[in-house]
Amino acid sequence: MNKVIERSMIVPNMHLLEIESPQIASKVKPGQFVIVRGTDEGERVPLSIADYDAEKGTISIVFMEVGASTSVLARLKAGDEVATCVGPLGNATSIENFGNVMLVGGCYGIGSLYPLAKELKAKGNKITTVLEARSSYLIYWLKRYIPLSEKIITITRDGSMGQKGHVSRLPDVIHGMPERPARIFVNGCTYLMAHTSEVTKDLGIPVVVNLNPIMIDGTGMCGVCRVTVGGQMKFACVDGPEFMGHDIDWKEFLARRKAYMTEETIFFRRSDAHAHNEGKCAWHE
Amino acid sequence: MNEDKIQEKTSKIDLNRRDMPRQSPEMRRNNFDEVALGYTEELALAEASRCLQCKKPRCVTGCPVEIDIPGFISCITRGDFRAGIKKLKEKNCLPAVSGRVCPQESQCESKCILGNKKAEIAIGRLERFLADWEASEGKVDLPQKAKPTGKKVAIVGSGPAGLTVGGDLILLGHEVTIFEALHKAGGVLVYGIPEFRLPKAIVQREVDYLKALGVNVFTDFVVGKTRSIDEFLEEFDAVFVGTGAGLPWFMSIPGENLNGVYSANEYLTRMNLMKGYQYPRSATPVKKHLKVAVVGGGNVAMDSARTALRMGASESHIVYRRSHTELPARAEEAENAEEEGVIFDVLTLPVAYIGDENGWVKEIECIKMQLGEPDASGRRVPVEMPGSNFRMQMDAVVCAIGNSPNPLVPATTPGLDTTKRGTLVADPETGKTTRDRVWAGGDIVTGAATVILAMGAGRKAARAIHEYLTMEKQ
Repeated sequence: MNKVIERSMIVPNMHLLEIESPQIASKVKPGQFVIVRGTDEGERVPLSIADYDAEKGTISIVFMEVGASTSVLARLKAGDEVATCVGPLGNATSIENFGNVMLVGGCYGIGSLYPLAKELKAKGNKITTVLEARSSYLIYWLKRYIPLSEKIITITRDGSMGQKGHVSRLPDVIHGMPERPARIFVNGCTYLMAHTSEVTKDLGIPVVVNLNPIMIDGTGMCGVCRVTVGGQMKFACVDGPEFMGHDIDWKEFLARRKAYMTEETIFFRRSDAHAHNEGKCAWHE
Repeated sequence: MNEDKIQEKTSKIDLNRRDMPRQSPEMRRNNFDEVALGYTEELALAEASRCLQCKKPRCVTGCPVEIDIPGFISCITRGDFRAGIKKLKEKNCLPAVSGRVCPQESQCESKCILGNKKAEIAIGRLERFLADWEASEGKVDLPQKAKPTGKKVAIVGSGPAGLTVGGDLILLGHEVTIFEALHKAGGVLVYGIPEFRLPKAIVQREVDYLKALGVNVFTDFVVGKTRSIDEFLEEFDAVFVGTGAGLPWFMSIPGENLNGVYSANEYLTRMNLMKGYQYPRSATPVKKHLKVAVVGGGNVAMDSARTALRMGASESHIVYRRSHTELPARAEEAENAEEEGVIFDVLTLPVAYIGDENGWVKEIECIKMQLGEPDASGRRVPVEMPGSNFRMQMDAVVCAIGNSPNPLVPATTPGLDTTKRGTLVADPETGKTTRDRVWAGGDIVTGAATVILAMGAGRKAARAIHEYLTMEKQ
């Protein structure tokens, strides 16, 4: 169970992990996630699902290596097993024919939007895909989006690909479109989702975000993933993970997201951290 | 009988209820090892021989699973521990657990005739003694199983209710599969109750025992997500739902979503299931908190406050809106907490949490309460004292005010009716739900209650499921 089929780095620090899990593969829908634990002592990490194949019985995840637990996942090899892979968790995205839709992806979100893009396309939507990154070398899966999209716009911070800037350019992009999107779906880091929600506030277009808070069980039991949506307390794991971006208290959400930032990086200063052992880092034992 | 004779009779009765050795408060507040150390053989014999072996034992009427209490105690008196554990296991497949966490003082022991002399038999400690004796022998007798019936039962949730149903039905010859959402079986016994009160090795022992009997256990399987009850009904002849009370309550006061404000479920799960007390050896990060306020007065609140001390807090407070007398926690647990140095702020209600510039809690604002008239439950209602607001510096708050039933299964199972409180509608005698071939028991039916009540409900449901599976018509 939970055998690793493939693990590869697709762009610097961003990894693709394909896991054998027929149970999940036969059930999963766009917008859902799994909780993965690399080893028996490992932390439970919620990760969005980026692709799945019911016939093959596999699911794929795109994740960024940020701390202790993801660094364990980033070192898996084909044939390894992960201790836990449980799901599919959360509610699936409600997909209908909205007409024109816009997908905004950055970071791991470029991966996790992909199943949604396929389903939206299948339902007859016309898709404009916006991929955002610091630089051109961090953009991936462009080829996967080409057949699904009417138009692909890339925005890079350094201008090395497409438009120069970041998602604050979105209103301009939308005003320049012949037909405004009926709905915008944003997947990616918290800043991307918060910022997109912020800059689109006055456009009158619903923005759907897929939240990625800290979780433990993923079944509503622990409540660590709570988020204020429209003034009400929601649990992202069972009430979400998708919510309307304009209703979210982003300041609070960002603070909660960062709660264990120090602990995540402390790991890299420990002498038994993989990166240091393998690289024989001269600055640490 | 005249006065003299009564005097003579009672004077022969040993009224010395034997204490159980415990780690000293100074020691134990610095470690996660079990607080109570269990009876030695001598102590167990001495305590057991105090039992009057009543003709009409009242203790049994206080036991939700009707254990033959005088029966197992007389085995101890005779020194036949193997017969004793066998007697216990006739009615209770988890004696090492219930011997530790059952509120005996309000159940079996409260009915003991020697209670009149404040010297009731320590039934729980004797139960625990037998279970631990068996484990230390390293040889667990597997009871005879009935002939295979060919019937398949799915059990959703591996807490005390699910384990009991599994243990009962496997012995009756049915094929039993338990599905657990987390990565370890045991439910609240592993994620909730801390190591120092119920060592996880003991829960593991009980789960291993069920596995040895032939029960299949699948972890990392979320019923309602990975598969639905409807799908189970195609594959299994009967389904038991024991998903517990896993949706934490908050108070809807300002600042509840600040960092450092935890539900007790999160706090305890981080520490227990995810082994936070071994951080950084275990990967799940935990914060070092110096001043911790635990809101609530039940066992979960005591567990949280005592965990905070062990994690290095210099101050751990119980903030409870009623008075000391109304604390819903077991007296023993509140005492343990007090001995270890937990500070009790009773008649105190938090009204807001105040955060720092980074979104972490730094203070809690409370209001003083006084007790008014008794409410429907007979407890006096706490009433706010206007203008008595005050603030306490705290860098963590654990909200331990209760849980709703987990909604995952009810929400994904059409026809499975729930009450207004979100609990499943089920027959109190059989656990039968409103769906054909589906039974339920434990906190998902009663709302948050005790381990032994869940085990009692499991026992009743197992009986009903067995009846159904062996009906002629089947």
